[in-house]
Amino acid sequence: MGDRLPDSPDFATDRAALLAGLGRILPASRLYGELEDLKPYECDGLTAYRNLPLAVALPETEAEVQSILKFCSANQVPVVPRGAATGLSGGAMPHHQGLLLSLAKFKKILKVNPVARTALVQPGVRNLAVSEAAAPYNLYYAPDPSSQIACTIGGNVSENSGGVHCLKYGLTVHNVLQVRGYTMEGEPVTIGSAGLDAAGLDLLAVMNGSEGMLTVITEVLVKLTPKPQVAKVVLAYFDSVTKAGNAVADVIAAGIIPAGLEMMDKAATHAVEPYVQAGYDLEAEAVLLCESDGTPEEVEEEIAAMRAVLEKSGATSLRVSANEAERLRFWAGRKAAFPAVGRITPDYLCMDGTIPRKNLAKMLLAIADMEKKYGLRCANVFHAGDGNLHPLIMYDANQPGELERATAFGAEILELSVALGGSITGEHGVGVEKITQMCAQFTPEELALFHGLKAAFDPAGLLNPGKAVPTPARCREYRQIRGEQA
Amino acid sequence: MSQAFEQQCRERILAASAGAPLLIQGGGSKAFYGRPVQGEILDTRSHRGVVAYEPTELVVTVKAGTPLAELEAVLAEKGQYLAFEPPHFGSEATVGGMVAAGLSGPRRAQAGAVRDFVLGVRLMDGQGQALNFGGQVMKNVAGYDVPRLMAGSLGQLGLLLEVSLKVLPRPVAEATLRLETSQAKALTLMNQWGGKPLPIVATAWEKTGEGESLTVRLAGARAAVQSAQAVLGGDVLERGAAAAFWDDLREQRLPFFPAAGSFGATGSAGGPALWRLSLPSTAPTLELPGPQLVEWGGAQRWLASDAQARHVREVVEKAGGHATLFRGTAEAREQAFHPLAAPLLAIHRRLRASFDPRGAFAAGRLYEGL
Repeated sequence: MGDRLPDSPDFATDRAALLAGLGRILPASRLYGELEDLKPYECDGLTAYRNLPLAVALPETEAEVQSILKFCSANQVPVVPRGAATGLSGGAMPHHQGLLLSLAKFKKILKVNPVARTALVQPGVRNLAVSEAAAPYNLYYAPDPSSQIACTIGGNVSENSGGVHCLKYGLTVHNVLQVRGYTMEGEPVTIGSAGLDAAGLDLLAVMNGSEGMLTVITEVLVKLTPKPQVAKVVLAYFDSVTKAGNAVADVIAAGIIPAGLEMMDKAATHAVEPYVQAGYDLEAEAVLLCESDGTPEEVEEEIAAMRAVLEKSGATSLRVSANEAERLRFWAGRKAAFPAVGRITPDYLCMDGTIPRKNLAKMLLAIADMEKKYGLRCANVFHAGDGNLHPLIMYDANQPGELERATAFGAEILELSVALGGSITGEHGVGVEKITQMCAQFTPEELALFHGLKAAFDPAGLLNPGKAVPTPARCREYRQIRGEQA
Repeated sequence: MSQAFEQQCRERILAASAGAPLLIQGGGSKAFYGRPVQGEILDTRSHRGVVAYEPTELVVTVKAGTPLAELEAVLAEKGQYLAFEPPHFGSEATVGGMVAAGLSGPRRAQAGAVRDFVLGVRLMDGQGQALNFGGQVMKNVAGYDVPRLMAGSLGQLGLLLEVSLKVLPRPVAEATLRLETSQAKALTLMNQWGGKPLPIVATAWEKTGEGESLTVRLAGARAAVQSAQAVLGGDVLERGAAAAFWDDLREQRLPFFPAAGSFGATGSAGGPALWRLSLPSTAPTLELPGPQLVEWGGAQRWLASDAQARHVREVVEKAGGHATLFRGTAEAREQAFHPLAAPLLAIHRRLRASFDPRGAFAAGRLYEGL
């Protein structure tokens, strides 16, 4: 499925000329053109969508990146940048007429500056490695996507990755100070600064979440945060998802900004518990994980306030982590939710809609109805504090029609997210997966402005073409079908 | 009301051209900021009011012409606030102007800037099209982040019609401390504290007739503020005096800031210009003529100086930062902002052309010819 990019223009790339040209820039050991070498690059974390590139390049230096981009620019060859390919929306799926540019060799942590509280890293550095390097100074890199063991900073910037602590500590966009890289034409650019702002328009804001479509990133300066002295998490169980959803709003209404506020439904805890033995109550319909961090006194004060609110909101039972090991165990279940669900179903689709918190319960009830309508099960994991949903729709690709039903199920969730005042994607990006739903969220005029914004960075439209922003033709077709259904 | 206002704007935008462009203006409180530009005023102040506010969602949506003071009063009623603490520079300041100017107050280093709190915008582009980007949710990566791009765009990309902002509950406790210290020592202290889990939300070093002092504001849970007070030491400022100090700093009413009208051209005899230096917090004390006031843990430094612009920019750039001629004569403000590298300037030009292809909005507020 999705083995072509219908939203990309056609490129008449000459494969032999591409390999010959790149062969003058890179040694053969870092340039692939044979099928068996290309195969591992055919998809990212969204494995349902695959495409083979014409070639894969693994540059090691900025000079090589620049030369490759200049060559591709001169020869009208599309380029798709790729980090660790843990992305879940197909943003790093190759272009069948283009080059896959892997930044995997850019994995040096260039400098950790404990006084300035910054880390200068290459884009191929893993998210968690930054925090590990900063740990001796009691600092860490705050955004913590569930894939943080594997995902890389370059990809985090491209997707504006979140995590379980972003309600309090922000998304990638709030934690990146500067990126350096090259435009598709091979011009060096420094966006942002080592200070708190830069001259001119805030291009750093659009770099975050740009899905590898504006520039190729070769260096990132991230902000480090002092490690809180203590963290504790409250597990609150509820006998209905509605009550759990309302409890989330009650916590915020009480003036509390938890360090993390996550929710799992019964299907999710049942998938997770055998996998990680977190000790969750399997009878409960929903569980909230509500975290407080800070000084010991601060945490005591806040945990007491959280308990009071959650009890009043109808929690059937509460547990506070007694020590750091227990806190990590409580979180382990949440962080392992995706692989745990992966164990109980041959395939699953992970959705990423975001809605106003007040509509959490409404959305959960609608998803329960959709499970019946499509005849598929769905486990629900939420960044509840941010209203960011991760319904995991379980299916079996080997059963005829199941992938189609799962896709339709997912599309309905995303469209409902938009209808409830939210967005089709909170942190996973549009990529190829949600490109059709972009037509539901934006008007043709708004999409045209996105195309214009991309062209400001990449006038020839060669960098990751056919992703994230649909063509007018796709949206005309989408509206026609919707119109007929209505 | 909104529809009528939008229709009126659309007509004016379509009637405007590069030869007779529109100059978007709210209360005009930040008209001093940026390059001097001419145009027929498009006044946003009739487009005012809160569109939606649900405290439990931590989001407020307001029309761009809403007075900033009015918005802050609405939030205060629910115990919430704009954590980036925007300067008003006059009672007429509007929410649209706040976003377009992109200026943040004393809390910026800890809380984030305006752009960090902009979740969504409704804007009208140079072709009179009303467009919505972002929304009312905390996390949204559908499409490029146009809402944050609008922060600090100074009316060069389009007319802001509505903005959605993230708001936060006011901290439970606050305290302000003052320590006697030199600038060099203050910079060291601020960077050391920055690496510790202390609830410091604002800092300001200044030299007055009474000496050199570092003022530190703590905010957060009561227990955290109390224990930090013990760690930092210094004298505790009385509540009223503390609030007045931070307000006066934000609004540039401290004695350091000469009266708004008195600024001269750089290097002329007309009096010093006010420079805003944005630097890595660890940059050492900069050797530049004229007094300095240091905020944001060292990352924002105000300089009242009659030094040549080129000299100021060289020194700041060498230290890894950029310099804005914040207040000065019209002539001096011809180069208000730090020059951009050629590839970035090219991106700026094309961006502007894609938002405003006909040049309906007066060009040149950021850079000449842009």
